[in-house]
Amino acid sequence: MLERREFVKQLLIDRGDLLVVSGLGSATYDVAAAGDHPLNFYLWGAMGGTAMIGLGLALARPDRRVAVLTGDGDMLMGIGSLATIGVKQPKNLSVIVLDNAHYGETGMQASATQSGIDLVATALACRFRQARVVSRIDEAPAVRALLHSGNGPILISAHISADDTPRVLPLREGHAIKQRFIAALDVGGRDPAITA
Amino acid sequence: MRDDEVHVDAPSQIETAWSDAIYAHFRRVGIRQVGYVPDAGHSRLIKLCKEDPNIADVVLTTEEEGVGLVAGAALGSQRAALLMQSSGVGNCINMFSLLRNCGFGCVVLVTMRGEFGEFNQWQVPMGSITEEVLRLSGFLTYRVEHAGDVDEVVGAGCDMAFDGNLQVAILLSQRLIGRKQWVR
Repeated sequence: MLERREFVKQLLIDRGDLLVVSGLGSATYDVAAAGDHPLNFYLWGAMGGTAMIGLGLALARPDRRVAVLTGDGDMLMGIGSLATIGVKQPKNLSVIVLDNAHYGETGMQASATQSGIDLVATALACRFRQARVVSRIDEAPAVRALLHSGNGPILISAHISADDTPRVLPLREGHAIKQRFIAALDVGGRDPAITA
Repeated sequence: MRDDEVHVDAPSQIETAWSDAIYAHFRRVGIRQVGYVPDAGHSRLIKLCKEDPNIADVVLTTEEEGVGLVAGAALGSQRAALLMQSSGVGNCINMFSLLRNCGFGCVVLVTMRGEFGEFNQWQVPMGSITEEVLRLSGFLTYRVEHAGDVDEVVGAGCDMAFDGNLQVAILLSQRLIGRKQWVR
């Protein structure tokens, strides 16, 4: 079992120009705890939509790597998006599911993964190029390498312990999160294909 | 559905000019991603988008995925549009909060069912509240009844959405797209 904060911290070490989308609740707190960054798009709602935001971003910026970090509850709610991603085959997209098999924000009720519902098998069935379970911290460097150069789409189900962690609260104002992200990404120039 | 009951759209009733007008505005404003759950009324527009190498066409398993797609595209400085049937609007309600909270510009083209001679009453409960649901969700809504108005309304809607980071929905009425025919 992984300790979630340490795992996420190791994934985001020396992140370079990695683009990160974090799912509501603990995943957003984990990403914030690893260090605030303008290229983090923190979600505080829109449950089930995190992986699709990653897809839209990955399609828009094929020159950059996109990492979605989210919980098992969010991924299960948006499970159909694994099929949608599988159709588009974005090489630059990775989805890290921080899977504690519980709904952490609402009182630790069991999620479907606790009954053996298998997100890795689902991702492989949806034509993800790579999908596997990670449960030891010494595997973090290999996962980090996948985020930066693996052939996507990739899904990692990170089996984390269900222990409670202190909340680390980043920006919550949506316009500010968005504008900061776009400004940081646009330093290299606006998509030249937009000719309007 | 029984095997001997099929739904078809009579080709003569599907006017193509309005689909072409929408596509021309997609090109004009630089739409680069189009998410959709197919509808017969959007079939020509979907085909045009799929054939365009500058547009990523994304077939969604449910319409709410498209809301995330639009947001992700905008984070990457691309413009995106969504195509759906009126029934799909109901699937999106909570996800629409993403657009409103962050101010993501978005154009949704909604083909209407459940009105004007609808043969299938199962479409009516959602179709009759679609525009109100969109308004309550923060959208500006524009309804088009006649094919000749599509160009002007879609043009204005695209400009408002992307110049002002607003959420704009254009409802293409069942009268415009042609009633779905019930064939036994």
